[in-house]
Amino acid sequence: MSEEQIDQQVGDVALEEVPEHFDGEFPIVITGLTTAFGENVVHEGLDLEVRRGEVLGVVGGSGTGKSVLMRAIIGLQPVAAGCIEVFGKDITAAEPDEEIGVRSRWGVLFQGGALFSTLTVGENVEVPLKQFYPELDQELMHEIARYKVVLSGLPEDAASKYPSELSGGMKKRAGLARALALDPELLFLDEPTAGLDPIGAAKFDELTRELAETLGLTVFLITHDLDTLYAICDRVAVLADKKVIAVGTIPELLESDHPWIQEYFNGPRGRAAQASTARSKSIDKRDRAGA
Amino acid sequence: MRQWAEYSLEDEGGRAKLVLKGPLLISTIGKLDRYLRTFEGEVAEIDLSQTTAIDTVGAWTVLRFAREREAEVTGATEQAKRLLKAVEEAESSADISPPLRLLRLRVPERVGELVLEFSVGARQIIAFMGQVVLCSLTLIRHPSRFRGKAFVRQLELVGVSSLAIIGLMSFLIGIVVAQQGAAQLRQFGAEIYTINLTGRLTLRELGVLMTAIMVAGRSGSAFAAQLGTMKLTEEIDAMRTIGVSPTEALIMPRILAAVFMMPLLGFYASVMAIIGGAFIAELTLGIPFLTFLQRIREVVPIHDVWVGLIKAPVFGLIVAVTGCYQGMQVQGNSEEVGLRTTMAVVQAIFMVIVLDAFFAVFFTEVGWA
Ligand SMILES: Nc1ncnc2c1ncn2[C@@H]1O[C@H](COP(=O)(O)OP(=O)(O)O)[C@@H](O)[C@H]1O
Ligand SMILES: [Mg+2]
Repeated sequence: MSEEQIDQQVGDVALEEVPEHFDGEFPIVITGLTTAFGENVVHEGLDLEVRRGEVLGVVGGSGTGKSVLMRAIIGLQPVAAGCIEVFGKDITAAEPDEEIGVRSRWGVLFQGGALFSTLTVGENVEVPLKQFYPELDQELMHEIARYKVVLSGLPEDAASKYPSELSGGMKKRAGLARALALDPELLFLDEPTAGLDPIGAAKFDELTRELAETLGLTVFLITHDLDTLYAICDRVAVLADKKVIAVGTIPELLESDHPWIQEYFNGPRGRAAQASTARSKSIDKRDRAGA
Repeated sequence: MRQWAEYSLEDEGGRAKLVLKGPLLISTIGKLDRYLRTFEGEVAEIDLSQTTAIDTVGAWTVLRFAREREAEVTGATEQAKRLLKAVEEAESSADISPPLRLLRLRVPERVGELVLEFSVGARQIIAFMGQVVLCSLTLIRHPSRFRGKAFVRQLELVGVSSLAIIGLMSFLIGIVVAQQGAAQLRQFGAEIYTINLTGRLTLRELGVLMTAIMVAGRSGSAFAAQLGTMKLTEEIDAMRTIGVSPTEALIMPRILAAVFMMPLLGFYASVMAIIGGAFIAELTLGIPFLTFLQRIREVVPIHDVWVGLIKAPVFGLIVAVTGCYQGMQVQGNSEEVGLRTTMAVVQAIFMVIVLDAFFAVFFTEVGWA
């Protein structure tokens, strides 16, 4: 096939425009966000800024509205008041299915995985590719799906399996593979390590960190896992009282005297996680000194 | 306009050098990847120094081509090197679609499966009926375990909330029967028999049959879809582990509600059809509304009412059992819920009609003609 024919073919199917890469400092800016389910107000006057290239951990008690916050940012949750800008575009003004040039630039891992149950894992990964980049060669799509599956820490043969044939942890990884399909700039992870065994969880953390660094991702990471917080988050946002009550690095948060934060980080589990990071850091130092 | 990644070929002392230009991103690689797939000729070196950005898809394209031509990659930035390494480690040759067997194996396999499924299905449905019977025996012995609330809720869903649609449908059917009947009977000057026709046909056959079809479409499908979804989300497994029998908690209330509601709905439908007939008779035949109703009492034998009322609970049983059975058979994915729901409705309607034919013959034989 000649190059003209290829140009013709690609021109026929490719979307007219693709959004530019985001160069601003804050891919997500939330101001005065209020969300509610009927009478039940989940957020009230919530402000949050996420910096480009950081891994932001979001913590908070169960039911404080972490998942709802994520759904609001990705435009799935109607907002009562306030403004959410993603890549500089106001998401609250858009209709749920309206294309405003942000959907191809984020990847979302839902709490339950939310894989398409009638498609295999590999086909799940191909869905966003076909949606946004139909000009890609069929063979390239297959290849992308394959390496993303392995990149997400699944065994090779998982690509041809259906979601119902996977374990809970594997579903999470498959969800991650689909979230990563488009090489997004922004990655949303809702409790990715919940329900994983400690070894699997540690690997998932490592993977997230590795991907964030290699791909220059901004990660919005909801988690309950203190080890994850210590291991991979640049900053942590604490959700309580319908607001983000504090954002900062963990040492900064430890200074805070909010009772929930104190209890969270200085409770028995918090201290165990602190101790283990301290240990591994000192081991790192020794290793380096020895080398 | 979109920007695409490009390439040029340079000759460097007899070695072919492929120079890639522009951003190597998923959004810009579409053309370049296709060019390279059809590219012929040797390449000894791939130069990335003129690329402006790269992601894993770009890295993959470079890696694949470099591997194929055994070319050396030069001019890679730190980030490009990292990505190249990451995708190289993640490379896989596994299939994406589920393994597909050869056609000549698949066809006989599928036929065999169908035959087996038939017998397995027959056995399963008998087992299911057995469970239902056992469960009803348990309930007779321990009436306190009967789910009263769920039963009432189902009565509402199956019966009360379908009154409007069934009433309207029957009314219209009454109109059609009376109107068409009158048109034919007029040829013999026997228009007055329109009343016999409408009354007997609706009470004996149409009222119950149309109601059964409507209930199959409304409630049989709902049973299948709801139980199927509950199976997918492991709600039914959770019930079992707590020691709650799904048959007792979910299936019995539904079956009983359908069995109980069908005679009421069927009779109601017949009455509405007769009213529809009387209405059109008044308008087009000049038979007064009340006279029509009066005559119904005289020309319709009471056993016609019994025929309808006897058939109705049986039809209700069929619709509910098929719906619940199909719902409980769901496994795997959401497509299955759709398939099973369709099957529930189709099978229920089919069986209702087959059984109706048997009933017609039976009741005539026993003298209730
Ligand atoms: N679809 C919904 N309808 C009504 N209330 C909801 C819904 N989803 C979440 N909520 C409420 O919003 C609050 C926050 O929920 P969520 O964001 O899921 O909590 P978490 O922080 O554990 O992820 C909870 O009080 C929950 O009851
Ligand atoms: Mg949540």
